[in-house]
Amino acid sequence: MNAIDKRDRRDRYAAGVMKYQDMGYWQPDYVPKDTDVIAVFRITPQDGVDPIEAAAAVAGESSTATWTVVWTDRLTACDKYRAKAHRVEPVPGSPESWFAYIAYDIDLFEPGSIANLTASIIGNVFGFKPLKALRLEDMRLPVAYVKTFDGPPTGIVVERERLDKFGRPLLGATVKPKLGLSGRNYGRVVYEALKGGLDFTKDDENINSQPFMHWRDRFLYCMEAVNRAQAVTGEIKGTYLNVTAATMEDMYERAEFAKSIGSCIVMIDLVIGYTAIQSMSKWARRNDMVLHLHRAGHSTYTRQKSHGVSFRVIAKWMRLAGVDHIHAGTVVGKLEGDPATTKGYYDICREDFLPQRLENGIFFDQSFASLRKTMPVASGGIHAGQMHQLLDLFGDDVVLQFGGGTIGHPMGIQAGATANRVALEAMVLARNEGRDIVNEGPDILAAASRHCTPLRQALDVWKDVTFNYTSTDAPDFVPTASVAG
Amino acid sequence: MRLTQGTFSFLPDLTDEQITAQVQYCIDQGWAVNIEFTDDPHPRNTYWDMWGLPMFDIRDAAGVMGELASCRKVYGDRYIRISGFDASHGWESVRLSFIVNRPANEPGFALERQESDGRRVRYTTRSYATQLPEGERYS
Repeated sequence: MNAIDKRDRRDRYAAGVMKYQDMGYWQPDYVPKDTDVIAVFRITPQDGVDPIEAAAAVAGESSTATWTVVWTDRLTACDKYRAKAHRVEPVPGSPESWFAYIAYDIDLFEPGSIANLTASIIGNVFGFKPLKALRLEDMRLPVAYVKTFDGPPTGIVVERERLDKFGRPLLGATVKPKLGLSGRNYGRVVYEALKGGLDFTKDDENINSQPFMHWRDRFLYCMEAVNRAQAVTGEIKGTYLNVTAATMEDMYERAEFAKSIGSCIVMIDLVIGYTAIQSMSKWARRNDMVLHLHRAGHSTYTRQKSHGVSFRVIAKWMRLAGVDHIHAGTVVGKLEGDPATTKGYYDICREDFLPQRLENGIFFDQSFASLRKTMPVASGGIHAGQMHQLLDLFGDDVVLQFGGGTIGHPMGIQAGATANRVALEAMVLARNEGRDIVNEGPDILAAASRHCTPLRQALDVWKDVTFNYTSTDAPDFVPTASVAG
Repeated sequence: MRLTQGTFSFLPDLTDEQITAQVQYCIDQGWAVNIEFTDDPHPRNTYWDMWGLPMFDIRDAAGVMGELASCRKVYGDRYIRISGFDASHGWESVRLSFIVNRPANEPGFALERQESDGRRVRYTTRSYATQLPEGERYS
């Protein structure tokens, strides 16, 4: 029984304005179906606005409602299409805000379209006047909907098989300075870093095709560097060629060129938009290409807890949309990242089934139904001296990206790359031997540096570099049994 | 040159004691341990020759080390690698792979370039060792 059935339909559809909760958007008895999409929002109502009415309004505005009653609802199976706010509870330690759980029937969404999903869920409601602020915290995407997406074109396992690299995190570096190098000089950085021991180098998010370096020039010099490095090491190497451009036609042209000169990976920026990302994912799938996503721009809406979209939701959408790599935070580096919250992002990328873990910000059980796994990338302000912490936090299936931590090495880029690779291999070896790397990490690094001068120099230069600031986006729940109920 | 394929190639060659610890780690994870060898170390040479079947049921690293010793006796002049294979759902592939034996001399690879249209170059990596027939490359 839902709320509508209990009332006279004539009253419900009389012209005029009525409360959202009276229009059927608040149904406290509703039990979500296995096929429903469920969203949990953090709502901060304006002073004097009832949180239940605010939740019902969010449900209404993100599904069928408008500000007034419309008789044309009666031409539809409107009870089915109405989103149902069914649970509203206070946010621990935050008296102004509530978590509102809203269920959406699967028929509200176009199969396989992130654009359509997001147009509903975050399309209108975030500017809604009765709310001071609104944040999409998490979504439960039903298996029935997950299965309409292709997911990552390559995935962690197949990427490793193609690269022939197992049992350790992959190593990368972003070429610096991020702007200004000519194609020829840019390729030099790529060659030195790959020869020194990195698996990948990377274009930065804003390297596209500028006056100082046109994209074709960069691609050609980079592939010379990649092939040279492969020959001197006997190892597969790659460089993420950024194909981000103004139009889809330009991006396809750049991606095709990257393929024609033998690159195994291309990259895109989050700012190209969900539809362009899905298009590039399909292209990557057709062309056996690993697809790297740089989350450029995400902090404009993910960082503040009161308003926006949590990155865990973006990560879920991107795994569905189909990217092979996604930047997901470093915890210890220079960019925002609470450890417990960041673990939640990594799990979303890598697990097939993710149980509810409120202490990591995961509100729902989520099955990915054998969708391939996305490799998280840790990038921004990390260095060899943190290797034990990085390996302990993230495990093997991650790309550790040391930009400054490679290129800024006092003896040069190649030495910087070697320092990182030796530090990593020594740490993996020690972990597999059963050693306690968190506590013995500095000793393990010191021992490894005795046969590797570049590592010793790296440890000397960066030994005191840490970025200890309070996170703006920490979980609301502490791990006690009572909260999860 | 030093071939840097495998998980631990940037470290000094592992001792048998260190290899044993890694093998035991694989076994403890429930992975099957496999020994392979080759005299064609091209980075795209996926299929090294197998020294018998993957050891699915072995519980003690000592058994693997015995097989490794036998393999070294026959193919000690070639590359030998040990890998751990995880058959669990969602992985079903290699989990760890590292080189445990190298030829005394590693001649490396030539990079051949074929200049093509525009400024495109077609690259081919060729192992100096494979200029000789199989079996005669490192002895």
